[in-house]
Amino acid sequence: MAFAAFATSEAQPEAPKKKSRVAFFLLLPGILYLILFFLTPLISLILTSLQQPAEFGDVGEYEYAFNWQNYVVVIQDYLPHILRSFGYALVATVFALLFSYPIAYFIGVKARRWPLLQSLMLVLVIAPFFISFLLRTLAWKQILSDESLIITSLKALSLLAPDAHFTGTPFAVIFGLTYNFIPFMTLPLYTALERLDTRYLEAGSDLYANPFTVFRKITIPLSMPGIVAGTLLTFIPAAGDYVNASRDFLGGPDTQMMGNVIEANFLVLLNYPAAAALSIILMAAILVLVGIYVKRSGTEELL
Amino acid sequence: MSGEGQAGVVLSGFTNSEEGERRRPVQVPRRRRVGLGDWLLPVYVTLAFIFLMIPIAYTFIFSFNDSLKSNISWRGFTLDKWLNVCNVEGGAVCEAFANSIVIGVVATVVATVLGTLIAIALVRYRFRARSAISLLLFLPMATPEVVLGAGLAAQFLAAGVPKDMTTIILAHTMFCISFVVVTVKARVASLDPALEEAGRDLYGSPQQVWWRITFPLLLPGIMAAALLSFALSFDDFIITNFNSGSVTTFPKYIYISASRGIPAEANVIASAVFIIALAVVVINQVSRAARAKRLAKELG
Amino acid sequence: MAVREFAERGADLELVGIQKRFPGFTAIEELDLTIPAGSFFALLGPSGCGKTTTLRLVAGLEEPTQGRILIGGRDVTDTRAHERPVNTVFQSYALFPHMSIIENVAFGLKRRRIDDAQGKAHEALRLVELDHLAQRRPAQLSGGQQQRVALARAIVNRPALLLLDEPLGALDLKLRRQMQLELKTIQEEVGLTFLHVTHDQEEAMTMADTVAVMNKGAIEQMGAPQELYELPRTAFVANFLGQSNLFSGEVVSSNSESITIDVAGHPITVPLSRSQRHQGEVTVGVRPEKVALHLEAPLDDSGRNSLGPARVIDVSFSGVSTQYIVSVPGIGTMTVFAQNMGFGPVAVEGSEVWVSWDVAHGFGLADEPDSIERFPSDDDTRTIAVQRREALISELEGD
Repeated sequence: MAFAAFATSEAQPEAPKKKSRVAFFLLLPGILYLILFFLTPLISLILTSLQQPAEFGDVGEYEYAFNWQNYVVVIQDYLPHILRSFGYALVATVFALLFSYPIAYFIGVKARRWPLLQSLMLVLVIAPFFISFLLRTLAWKQILSDESLIITSLKALSLLAPDAHFTGTPFAVIFGLTYNFIPFMTLPLYTALERLDTRYLEAGSDLYANPFTVFRKITIPLSMPGIVAGTLLTFIPAAGDYVNASRDFLGGPDTQMMGNVIEANFLVLLNYPAAAALSIILMAAILVLVGIYVKRSGTEELL
Repeated sequence: MSGEGQAGVVLSGFTNSEEGERRRPVQVPRRRRVGLGDWLLPVYVTLAFIFLMIPIAYTFIFSFNDSLKSNISWRGFTLDKWLNVCNVEGGAVCEAFANSIVIGVVATVVATVLGTLIAIALVRYRFRARSAISLLLFLPMATPEVVLGAGLAAQFLAAGVPKDMTTIILAHTMFCISFVVVTVKARVASLDPALEEAGRDLYGSPQQVWWRITFPLLLPGIMAAALLSFALSFDDFIITNFNSGSVTTFPKYIYISASRGIPAEANVIASAVFIIALAVVVINQVSRAARAKRLAKELG
Repeated sequence: MAVREFAERGADLELVGIQKRFPGFTAIEELDLTIPAGSFFALLGPSGCGKTTTLRLVAGLEEPTQGRILIGGRDVTDTRAHERPVNTVFQSYALFPHMSIIENVAFGLKRRRIDDAQGKAHEALRLVELDHLAQRRPAQLSGGQQQRVALARAIVNRPALLLLDEPLGALDLKLRRQMQLELKTIQEEVGLTFLHVTHDQEEAMTMADTVAVMNKGAIEQMGAPQELYELPRTAFVANFLGQSNLFSGEVVSSNSESITIDVAGHPITVPLSRSQRHQGEVTVGVRPEKVALHLEAPLDDSGRNSLGPARVIDVSFSGVSTQYIVSVPGIGTMTVFAQNMGFGPVAVEGSEVWVSWDVAHGFGLADEPDSIERFPSDDDTRTIAVQRREALISELEGD
């Protein structure tokens, strides 16, 4: 449920009152921890990304340098992966939004009169969280494998070409990303819609707006904070994900995303500078995209 | 406004319709306008929930599969895997599961303490660099896990720290803190400061006020944050993968075995965890609703 | 589809045999009502009397269980809210928070694709003297300003019928007076049909041409405000619309002009034409300001009813007038309003007084007064306090 809270953190509580040294001691351990294990790792990631192979060194030995060509090299080598990452994440985010909005609307607006039903449906939305992320992805792989009932019957009905596959294709990866991040999308949407005052909808129809126009002009704009939060919470992890695209899960050789190459470079090829450079590119691109998106959608107060 | 109508809808079912019919026998009851939301939306939502449950059901069903090494095709029903979870591969699944539990508990405790302190400071105190600190708390949630994992791994590499349980715990604590802060902050903000003032007014020392008033009132929020932390840590794979060295957690075990086939015992563990988590949440929700109903009844 | 043109003028509203049931209760028993074009019509009643439901039925936000709704002769029962030439000023104003004031006001015009929506919206804002705030968001306006925007947003569409749902409820007294005046002016200027729903009797009386008092899903009495006030037909109306002194008793004599009832040995006469019932047990009443207070027994006058001696049990001074609560032995308490013609009250607590009123000012009701007890919470607190005290006093006297 914290995602929902995150989604709506713009509601700044009352102005803090006391100025005191107590605050310093309350903040110190946690902030120090984040500096040590979040901020300095980012810095060491930047430093690593500029390293060059050690002279006479073994595989995996690097020394500090200002080797910015690393970035050029990884962009040249991995441009398709970079584009794929953002492309897949974008499509999956759109699908997740289209899939989740009606659910969130139903739970948040239509089911208001039945609070128990409302909370049980919310439990259903987050239920996939309770089972291992990897296992549910693998389950889809089995369910949609070439030998599975669904695929064979689709082929029997000629809805799918006899030699077609589902797993290993971009569709499968996007499908997996969409499925896995639906709860991240639904919860913030629900939080926004749950607070939607239906009197605005009545006022809209009183002012000659048909149901579709009411939805477009009133419901959507009023749920914008939820839409922005949900799309961010889906897009960011989806762009960095490498489980769905992995060959052992829903992906194939042609569906590898940035996460896959970062993992391969870091853990298999021991090419730390390349992995680090890719990570920095991923993070920078996400920060830029998010910044533009948030500015455009006019929900800066969210951050 | 519409309260009168809605209250009626909630409180009771359908009532005597004959009365009105008798009064105006000529008039046919008016047809009801059927909107899009009246049937299409519930049908869609039902189908969507079924879709969401498919892989869960699959995992659960295949925990009863009398499978050999890989658990891909259905070979018959058995309870063996549930009864002998740890017997496969020399107990590798159970060892991974135990590691996940230990990591989850330690990371949760540390993250909950650190995050709660920050949340209290953020709501209750005024200090400089507030926006910098807010950004520092927001960024870990907005950073892809692969970047967090690679960054920490790069740092451990540079510092020459060997990867083991400790590095995993350090990593998990890091990404849990922000979520704890967000969750607890909401609770602190909704806490009436007058309650603490009343405690002080009634001769409570600062320690007594904290332990007897503030802490008990914050406890539901802190518990929620702890549960969330544990869930995040327990299910984390990406960050773990970068910082675990040779240690195997439950998700990592699944990732590694994915290429050669997951034993049904993994399904057993995942299903058991799912059932326990679901039961806790559902019982919580239902009892809360029952309590609300009882209260409403008592108040008339 | 939505009406693409402005209504020429206000239209008649006809409700025919309307019944509205919600699961579990009936909000409107049966309602037949015609509101002529161009009039300012107020539906007055306590909360839960069905007046808001009636308004929502007309707006198209609820569907009647039975019956038909006609606007300007056209049956609109099966059309939806956005297809009706009707606009509402909502109780909560319901100004869209994500739009500026001008966008709010132009919203309906744009939906109907009316030319020069912006220009017309500015014009409407000028009418309510808020054009200088056109670019603001609703949250940046005060309650009174929001109310005026809500009004502008509705009237800019020139609806055949304008619905006002307790729009002044949230305002303080001074703003309320100002808005009442403004509403009335606008109504006269643009000539729309107004249907105003309120629980505030003063608001209804000062603004409306016709007031319908609603109670328990049905209209109790309808008419011009003055007529309703001077000649209430039921105990509910007599007490909901202002205050009344009511007396019940058997008719003891009657002639072609008047009837006389006996109340605990005192004869009280009302004109025949002003009484709904002419025999048997009849409840009659008189408004407190019509009653005169005497320090000495008044001379016998067949043109006046008089009671006394009585005792003043409470005096409360309210500026222009003084309210006396007088206990009449055997009858109970009466309320008397006396204008402050001189300095200070005429009588003090404990004084022995007599009361009298012109026979022509009395009225006879069609029902018994106890039916008002069912709505104690809908009266203002002062009335409740007086009622409670009256009950207490009569209890004490009984001992």
